[in-house]
Amino acid sequence: MGRSPDKLGVPMGGLLAVALALPLASYRANRIAPAEPRGLFEALPLSWALAVVGLALAAVAVALAARRPALRLAVSALMLLALLMAIGEAGRTLSAGGAQYARVAPGVGFWLAAFALAILVTDAIVRLRPGPLGRLAALAAALAALGLILVSGQWDGLSVLAEYRGRAAAFWREGGHHLQLAFGSLAVAVAAGVPLGIAIHRARRFKAPVLNGLSLLQTIPSIALFGILIVPLGWVAANVPGAAALGVQGIGMAPAFVALFIYSLLPMVANTAAGLAAVPAGVTEAAAGMGLTRRQQLASVELPLALPVILTGIRIVLVQNIGLATIAALIGGGGFGTFVFQGLGQTATDLILLGALPTVALAFVAAVVLDATVDLLPGARR
Amino acid sequence: MSAVVAAALRFALVALVLAFLLVPDAFAPLLAPFAPPGGAAIYDRASLLALTVSHLLIVVAAIVPAVAISVGLAILVSRPIGAEFLPLSRAIVNIGQTFPPVAVLALAVPVVGFGAWPTLIALFLYGLLPVFENALAGLTGVPPAVAEAARGSGMTGPQRLLQVELPLALPVILEGVRISLVIALSTATIGSTVAAKGLGEVIIAGLNSNNLAFVLQGGLLTGALAVILYDGLGQVARLTARRG
Repeated sequence: MGRSPDKLGVPMGGLLAVALALPLASYRANRIAPAEPRGLFEALPLSWALAVVGLALAAVAVALAARRPALRLAVSALMLLALLMAIGEAGRTLSAGGAQYARVAPGVGFWLAAFALAILVTDAIVRLRPGPLGRLAALAAALAALGLILVSGQWDGLSVLAEYRGRAAAFWREGGHHLQLAFGSLAVAVAAGVPLGIAIHRARRFKAPVLNGLSLLQTIPSIALFGILIVPLGWVAANVPGAAALGVQGIGMAPAFVALFIYSLLPMVANTAAGLAAVPAGVTEAAAGMGLTRRQQLASVELPLALPVILTGIRIVLVQNIGLATIAALIGGGGFGTFVFQGLGQTATDLILLGALPTVALAFVAAVVLDATVDLLPGARR
Repeated sequence: MSAVVAAALRFALVALVLAFLLVPDAFAPLLAPFAPPGGAAIYDRASLLALTVSHLLIVVAAIVPAVAISVGLAILVSRPIGAEFLPLSRAIVNIGQTFPPVAVLALAVPVVGFGAWPTLIALFLYGLLPVFENALAGLTGVPPAVAEAARGSGMTGPQRLLQVELPLALPVILEGVRISLVIALSTATIGSTVAAKGLGEVIIAGLNSNNLAFVLQGGLLTGALAVILYDGLGQVARLTARRG
């Protein structure tokens, strides 16, 4: 009986095979020298290269023929881990031998292979249909593996980490700014958005105008909003006594913070109102019949029932804020965007990666954690 | 009443933007207080009209293929032949949306260099997700009774798709296009940091030379364009929903 190969395994297995034939790494004699491609066998010691090829063949075979998601997950995750270790080994091998200024970066082969494997891992996880706790465990395992690789120094030969070593203090400082911007504006948006959502749920007349107004604000491009806000905040700093002492300034973190807050309002207000609107009428009537006051109904019945939808709003805001906080760097607000835009200015890919990779990772972790939290709530969507 | 007010506001905003683009110098006295002493009040390194046109062209050039491909993919995974990919494609869309547009834009630069290309690629990739998500929701959300009736009346698969499913899904798809366009307009502004021709150039020039007049005119202009586009497409979506 001939079984047809897995539909996803054909393109992804093929991509993985092609990726291994392409340059695994790119090598530059110094930071500004032109990049030269280095293939798998040039970049790695023979034993490593053979191990990678062997594992890759196994991964392709499993992707094509295996049906059990657990097996597919195990093999493709193992191969992904091996690839991550191998690129570090390539960094060490290529920059060995006194090439002090040599820069080794992942090449096109690495990125394609990583992409194919990430798709295979995602597919296997989706097929396994893990619950929220399973997804959190998978995330924790991935983060632990990444942390171990970083701590072990396996990646120290890579140029992204060379950029990091040059500005470790700035990296953590800007990371702190990034989190302050993203979480700080989220906190203020929750404090303002939930009451506003409750208010427009009660006074239905204002619902459409408020939501339309907020969604118009959301359409304003981020750089534009950040720039426009410089004018009023600069005026406040100059004319309101004590404002400047509180850190209100025309440029810097203040306009970025306010802009992120403005973008956060729509998801918070809209989701609070939608969550409250979805509370069944019978439930609120029963609560009223039990003699609960309006305030008690809201606090002990309506808000708990609306919580999953409100939390979904928080997830949208947090992921959006983590991404948008990157733009703050353009108006002197700091954050990981500092490295992205510095890197763009100097055409230094490694510097761009140093800013972009943590941003992507933060947004991803925030999305997975909050999604799982929403699913863990009693009465959540399944 | 409110419909009349909305129409009047809409018209006024479009007229204001057109007037500013065609005769920017007439607005110089308004912006002069924000310019540094001796600095220009109106951006003079390129025509605002040309920058606006180039900005919109980049957006359209990226979004048209993005819409075509994502609707095609959504059709594919909502057919029996591609059903196996449905959960995976949902997961990819979810993960893809956590990637910040700036990161996508910046990461495209090392691959294709500076200029319009990285912007086009970022806009294209980012434009795929909302349209795909909405097209999928629209196509898989056709009421079972309707789908059953279409099958019962002897329609073939392609006929059902073209005459029943796509028309019913159209308003939802258009909503996705609207989201994609607004994101693209915004991301194209950031494209100016990688040397794409667009309105972001005006804002960034203002930030670099401490000229708030530039920052304001660039910011207000892109903001107004986004609002006009978002609102206009909303009108179109409402019309198709009413007809359908």
